[in-house]
Amino acid sequence: MQFAYFPGCTLKTKGKALDECGRKAALALGFELCELPEWQCCGAVYPMAKDEIATRLSAVRALTEARDEGRELVTLCSACHHVIKRVNGDMKNDADIRDKVNRYLQLEKPYEGETNVLHYLEVLRDRVGFDEVKKKVVKPLTGRKIGAYYGCLLLRPSRELGFDDPENPRILEDFIRAIGAEPVVYAMRNECCGGYTVIEGRDYAKKNVAKIMDNAKACGAEALITACPLCMYNLRENSENGLPVHYFTELLAEALGVGEAEK
Amino acid sequence: MNNSEILETVGRISGVNPRKCMKCGKCSGACPAYDEMEYHPHQFVSMVESGRIEELMHSKGIYTCLSCFACVERCPRMVEPARLIEAVRAVYLRQQGMDHMKPEHIPEILDEDLPQQAVTSAFRKYRR
Repeated sequence: MQFAYFPGCTLKTKGKALDECGRKAALALGFELCELPEWQCCGAVYPMAKDEIATRLSAVRALTEARDEGRELVTLCSACHHVIKRVNGDMKNDADIRDKVNRYLQLEKPYEGETNVLHYLEVLRDRVGFDEVKKKVVKPLTGRKIGAYYGCLLLRPSRELGFDDPENPRILEDFIRAIGAEPVVYAMRNECCGGYTVIEGRDYAKKNVAKIMDNAKACGAEALITACPLCMYNLRENSENGLPVHYFTELLAEALGVGEAEK
Repeated sequence: MNNSEILETVGRISGVNPRKCMKCGKCSGACPAYDEMEYHPHQFVSMVESGRIEELMHSKGIYTCLSCFACVERCPRMVEPARLIEAVRAVYLRQQGMDHMKPEHIPEILDEDLPQQAVTSAFRKYRR
């Protein structure tokens, strides 16, 4: 199985572990992430204003490349997934945006939202299957209590993302079970960590982070996993409760025997 | 732009019809930034409806909204308050010289681990 892959800006630099472990684990699971030869940063924020065209273009360029390769488009970063998936929805469903983007890009074949956008976790669930993941695990994380941190961007708005139940998701818990660990469900797992505000002032971010980390710890989590580099940074840097945070691909690579999670 | 032009723009670029709001307050109940906004999400919607746009353009809430989409997800009437907040912020930032964040501020807040995503998203949200 081959997928077109959009790594995004952060996975090439500060979030390398998310990318590298994800690629290694993919090979161990029998699929390949084929990086798009030319991709541009997605912009990290979905442009909600309907008249913004320029900020949608890099996502459409990636979507078009994937279509022309005849592959589904996979992302690992929550933010890239959010942006690309929603822009794809605009290209499919909003005639005005579609028309303006296509007039601007002057593609040989206009883009109309044909590419299927998948997050890596959806590949594990819907293409590989968690049962198959479980069979390939060589070093199960037995006895480890892991809390899933979903955050916002993978889940909401659910009518556009279609990722999981936005209020009671289970994909990360199923993932945790597949790698042999025990999922810890806690109330704040789908609440926002306030990552966008780290650049303006830490106090506000710290309040949100403390609620999440304290809740996870009180419920018995010994570590959290995330798919978002900004959540990762915010949870790690702005918390005082000492709970470790990993990218989900680090634990996957560890369980598959192809990598070790950063301690 | 005068008040009615701003209102027209906000309506057009947000795609939100504030009259659909039935004032249940679920958006504000769900909002993790509630304490950081002088006008809470349900009030924000109501103020757009009654044309009080100037106050909103100068409120700090347009920068403290986390764009987490909790209000969008939980609104039973599909009003989508976050879209409205983004549109008011966009109209304000699109005026000349009104950027909320400037590139010269970045070096002092950078640290070794800060992901690119943080800077990129701040620029997308806070300047035009």
